[in-house]
Amino acid sequence: MFAIYHKRKRRTGNNSRDMRLKELEGYLQQVRSFEEPKVLLEQYPTSAHIAAHLLYTMDSTYGDVEDKVVCDFGVGGGILSIGAIMLGAGMCIGCDIDDDALEIARANADEFEIDNLELLRVDVGTRHAGHLPPLPIGSVDTVIMNPPFGTKKNAGIDMNFLEQASRICTGAIYSLNKTSTRAFIQRKCRSFGLEMEVVAELRYDIPQMYKFHKKKSVDVEVDFLRFTPTADDS
Amino acid sequence: MRMKLLTHNLLRSRVKGAAKGYPLAIHATTVETKEADFNPTFIVRMLDRIQWPVVVQAASQVGVSEDKVPQTVPNDPESDQEFLKAAHHLLLEIEVIEGELECPDTGRAFPIKRGIPNMLLNEDEV
Repeated sequence: MFAIYHKRKRRTGNNSRDMRLKELEGYLQQVRSFEEPKVLLEQYPTSAHIAAHLLYTMDSTYGDVEDKVVCDFGVGGGILSIGAIMLGAGMCIGCDIDDDALEIARANADEFEIDNLELLRVDVGTRHAGHLPPLPIGSVDTVIMNPPFGTKKNAGIDMNFLEQASRICTGAIYSLNKTSTRAFIQRKCRSFGLEMEVVAELRYDIPQMYKFHKKKSVDVEVDFLRFTPTADDS
Repeated sequence: MRMKLLTHNLLRSRVKGAAKGYPLAIHATTVETKEADFNPTFIVRMLDRIQWPVVVQAASQVGVSEDKVPQTVPNDPESDQEFLKAAHHLLLEIEVIEGELECPDTGRAFPIKRGIPNMLLNEDEV
């Protein structure tokens, strides 16, 4: 399947303009996810359907993917990073605290013959306020993340992700967060010098992955948020 | 998809007590060279974000012979194909697979395992 993507890329010299949404989703369906998700890290995978829509919007509506340096916080199996590269990101830096997730991301990138995804083992959910990620301020154009929602004894971790992102990103930060926390995030992001826009509201279907999930799957209402530096801060 | 010198050029040590934590010294045990698509526009854009002297230093640390390493960035890199190709090779085609990165201020070592630098810090190092 992916061989086709590469041929197209070589022929046109540009893999973004021709890449249709359905096509992207088709490729992303082949990205493997966690084999044994870890409860404490809230490793809910992003579905190919959601990933494709988010990335497509980021690229076609906002121009935040093609030729950009994109950083993926909580890269997991790498679906968002791989999709961003398919849409023409110049380079993607995938960060995760979990070695097993990074191994899967690397295997996926190898499978798709992607060579511009760089992986780093980093704690972007650090509780230490004022701590910086190991990348320079202003070194990336776009951050994409599907952070833990902070419901497993790790309340606030999604805001730690956002704060860390705000320190290294010059452009837009995209994030999936529970709709129920929208008003809080709207206020909180100002302290990071960001303003927020709700790009889409979606239902995130979390399949039964852990023993404590009693239902087959749970629909969670999730916002797809776009943060940009506040005007007077930039 | 293993640590390239471009990534190395960006990485900082954030360990407690590190003034700058930059540049990290590379102690490589396994280095590979892998061809990558040449994208001159991307290279030119990245030149603003990287420190060229650190590229020169890193190239020497991973054993690239000096004649392949432009010592400075030309005044007009956009139109200097020879420089761009050399920069492309150094930044994107050299991959460190195994080894470690060393914080210049504290000596803290960050292992690189199967191409992935481990920048995690212990609680008492933050």
